[in-house]
Amino acid sequence: MARVLVGVKRVIDYAVKIRVKPDKTGVLTDGVKHSMNPFDEIAVEEAVRMKEKKVASEIIAVSCGPPQAQEVLRTALAMGVDKGIHVEVAGPEYETLQPIHISKILAKIVQNEKVDLVILGKQAIDDDCNQTAQMTAAVLDWPQATYASKIEYGSKEITVVREVDGGLETIKCKLPAVVSADLRLNEPRYATLPNIMKAKKKPIQKLTPKDLGVDTSPRVQIVSVEDPPKREAGVILPDVDSLVGKLKEGGHI
Amino acid sequence: MFYESNKKVNHARFKPQTFALLNRSRKAGIGYSQCVLRPKTTEEVSRILSFCNEHRIAVCPQGGNTGLVGGSVPVFDEVVLSTSLMDQIISTNDTSGVLVCQAGCILEKLDTHLADHGLMMPLDLGAKRFLSSWRQCVKANGEVLDCLRYHLKHLFIGSEGTLGIVTKVAIQCPAKPKAQNVAFLGLESFQDVLKTMKKAKYDLGEILSSCELIDELSLDLVTSHLKLNSPISVYPFYMLIETQGSNNDHDEMKMNAFLESAMSDGLILDGTTTNEVSKMQSLWELRERITEGLTHDGYVFKYDISLPTKNFYSLVPAMKERLGDSAKRICGYGHLGDGNIHLNISVREFTQDILDKIEPFVYEFTSKLKGSISAEHGIGFRKPKYIHYSKSKESIALMKQLKAMMDPNGILNPYKVLPA
Repeated sequence: MARVLVGVKRVIDYAVKIRVKPDKTGVLTDGVKHSMNPFDEIAVEEAVRMKEKKVASEIIAVSCGPPQAQEVLRTALAMGVDKGIHVEVAGPEYETLQPIHISKILAKIVQNEKVDLVILGKQAIDDDCNQTAQMTAAVLDWPQATYASKIEYGSKEITVVREVDGGLETIKCKLPAVVSADLRLNEPRYATLPNIMKAKKKPIQKLTPKDLGVDTSPRVQIVSVEDPPKREAGVILPDVDSLVGKLKEGGHI
Repeated sequence: MFYESNKKVNHARFKPQTFALLNRSRKAGIGYSQCVLRPKTTEEVSRILSFCNEHRIAVCPQGGNTGLVGGSVPVFDEVVLSTSLMDQIISTNDTSGVLVCQAGCILEKLDTHLADHGLMMPLDLGAKRFLSSWRQCVKANGEVLDCLRYHLKHLFIGSEGTLGIVTKVAIQCPAKPKAQNVAFLGLESFQDVLKTMKKAKYDLGEILSSCELIDELSLDLVTSHLKLNSPISVYPFYMLIETQGSNNDHDEMKMNAFLESAMSDGLILDGTTTNEVSKMQSLWELRERITEGLTHDGYVFKYDISLPTKNFYSLVPAMKERLGDSAKRICGYGHLGDGNIHLNISVREFTQDILDKIEPFVYEFTSKLKGSISAEHGIGFRKPKYIHYSKSKESIALMKQLKAMMDPNGILNPYKVLPA
């Protein structure tokens, strides 16, 4: 049975309206409602199903971030994860934390915990990077199966159906491997009351990047963050000729 | 004649064709209006009513057209007066929390606007109604009234457009809660539901903001017809409990303590709780889209009934016994908090036979339990002949006198509310 690690990130809830800071240095996060990145929920769900099918023996969830990141770990535990690891990174250090740093942090934990399979969400809905799974695989020198919409588990390998631009691609990967979960992999469960209560007793280990020997010095500098241009009202045109005229005017045809 | 009068109103907003959409409301009824007017200001409403009153033209006021009893659908050839273009927010005072806006504003848009000011619409425990502190109304003869004294505003609330048309409101908005938690629970019996509600009121106290009941067949409507996901497996009863407050840690602790103790008491069999925005929205959808689910279930008889809490659910088994196999689905859901249940009976197709089996039995039953019909959705067009089940002859006589005084020519929403 495989030991599985899932990465879970605390992001602004997708139903919340995003507001840019007046000084354009970033997005307003203080007092704004956060939740687990939706793709990470799918990753957790997959790991929990593996455990239910007795294909996984233990599931560890990892989250990097400020103290509030523990909330996401609690949710993961309530869904069925066995233990959580919180890598505490806060303030300005957190603002410039990137997949390059996360991948090294995860790789170190993977080695320490003797993990066989890493499942991550394909991208975070705040930065849309879509890099962490790939980079983690590279650091570990493990095979990667990204955009997974279906996974079949063998004892020494996995068969993954990937969603790619041209359609679906099926590949076989030797274990250990890194997988990134795509939307259609599964439908995550709600954490139910008995499990929410059990989760309170499950352990959350606290670490820092230093403990793992990872340097979190910034590799990027945020120049500015701005709102997208405001959507303009449409115009109702009286006939086809005017429409063609407008399209030509706008250089669309 | 109308064309002339409407030279006074903006021509572009005058539509003489029959408006299929506005003549039809949620499959509850179809009218034959020839004309829809969409005033933008109180002034315009005043001129329209003054004209209609003079020429004895019947007017059917229409707001969101979500009414279930045909109250906002023209019966014959009334002119539809839609407030949909009266959607201006006039002022918002952060300090006093007072919002002044036109009557055609959509609740959701107001809520979004208020959120920017740290405020929210003052909803009461049950229906998503709101309370206003001042209203500007236009009487049948076109006179504009500012209702502040003698609690005149109360005259217009609930009158369903038969005494006057509300054009502007001032609303006292409370601060937007910083914390919100929602729990969705599965229970075995209605008795357990009552005990859980009592416990919720006691344990959650001031932060309890909603307490909804959904029975098994009502939830089935959204899971089977709309393919929504239930967080838990099938149970005879479900409850949706929401809390709102100013401190999430405090609220979450109270909610968790309440749930833990209700579970160990065996009142709740399973459930989930969350304060994540998207998840709370998904849970509320399970309740809010039941009416939508019903539209896929066949012909539905809907009743909106207020009953004393302990008898809140009694109508459902009573109807099941009475109708047996002749109905496809009989289900109930609603605001436990204020005793307001929505009873729905769906059949493959409408027959007079079924209607006769349902009415007046449902009203007699309600009346016997000292409940009332149309708690929330109003009397509208379909219920006036049954109003006597909840109101005495004397009350009805007074209502008729009031109507005669306010609208002597009877142009406002005729055929509605009061029996002939």
